[in-house]
Amino acid sequence: MTWFKRKQSADSAKERLQLVLIHDRTDLSAGELNALKDELLQVISRHVDIDPDGVQIDVEHDGRAQRLVADIPLRSVSRRRAG
Amino acid sequence: MTAQVVTISSGKGGVGKTTAVANIAVALAMDGDKVVCIDGDIGLRNLDVVMGLENRIVYDIVDVIEGRCKLRQAMIRDKHLPELYLIPAAQTRDKNSVSPSDMKRICEELRSSTDFVLIDSPAGIERGFRNAIAPADRVLVITNPEVSAVRDADRVIGILEAEEKHAPALVINRLNPDLVKQHDMLSAEDVLDLLGIQLIGIVPEDETVIVGSNRGVPVSQDQKSRAGQAFRNIAHRLKGQEVPFLDVVGKQSGLWDRIQKMTGRRS
Repeated sequence: MTWFKRKQSADSAKERLQLVLIHDRTDLSAGELNALKDELLQVISRHVDIDPDGVQIDVEHDGRAQRLVADIPLRSVSRRRAG
Repeated sequence: MTAQVVTISSGKGGVGKTTAVANIAVALAMDGDKVVCIDGDIGLRNLDVVMGLENRIVYDIVDVIEGRCKLRQAMIRDKHLPELYLIPAAQTRDKNSVSPSDMKRICEELRSSTDFVLIDSPAGIERGFRNAIAPADRVLVITNPEVSAVRDADRVIGILEAEEKHAPALVINRLNPDLVKQHDMLSAEDVLDLLGIQLIGIVPEDETVIVGSNRGVPVSQDQKSRAGQAFRNIAHRLKGQEVPFLDVVGKQSGLWDRIQKMTGRRS
């Protein structure tokens, strides 16, 4: 019996499994995913101005299919870039 | 007759493959189908004891492959169901005594005279597993609502996808309704959502399964057993019948609660 509310263990199990399965299926570790994100952002920022605080890049699953979903807000251009 | 060859697999050991094979086989044979079970776990044979046939073994599958006996001689007839047979695994050999093409050849030979061939896959994803899935028309992946079993099931499903086998179907075994209700066990919906394949059965945790194994009489034969009912439903779904899923947790109707109260199992 617990007197204070603890996190329900089934929820932890599901959350942990979601991450583990994505890594198992894509053969992409958390570290590799972060490296991928950094590189992706570098490439994109070479061409347009992005808002780094609003960036969201995640692997999502849809049934058994995995997709890399990137939401990268662009800064509005107030002046034309030089050169 | 053209048999459907069905392999039961899991990745992880101890989730209930052998019990499922024995129970689904018994349920099919009770319906009048001719069923041959093959124990694919060479060196760790168990289907014979779960089915209560351990004292009748003369020849095993490796004897068939190496030509020491005919296929019919290695088929042990069940004690209660005359249309149910077991081809036992060899106990003193290893998995390399059998190849995927041996399994295909044996199943081809059985196809014309049988309705179902059920293959009990060994745990793991190596040779024994490859042998077991080679001849399969369908694969049932069995798991428990538990992190390691779900993760291993996902690996097996991934391998089956890569082999371009007919889409596997999922059996969720040993679901404990009380734990699910208090959110301390993954629900059937959670497991389905994680694994993303079609569901073919949910089997509640049930003491009668152990009692059945102890006696060598699978619980499908027990009309009162809840797990037995779940296995009979899986057998019917394998035959293409539409059977509603048992309301194991009783979320919608509270039926589970009422049954528990009526039988006095829980307060």
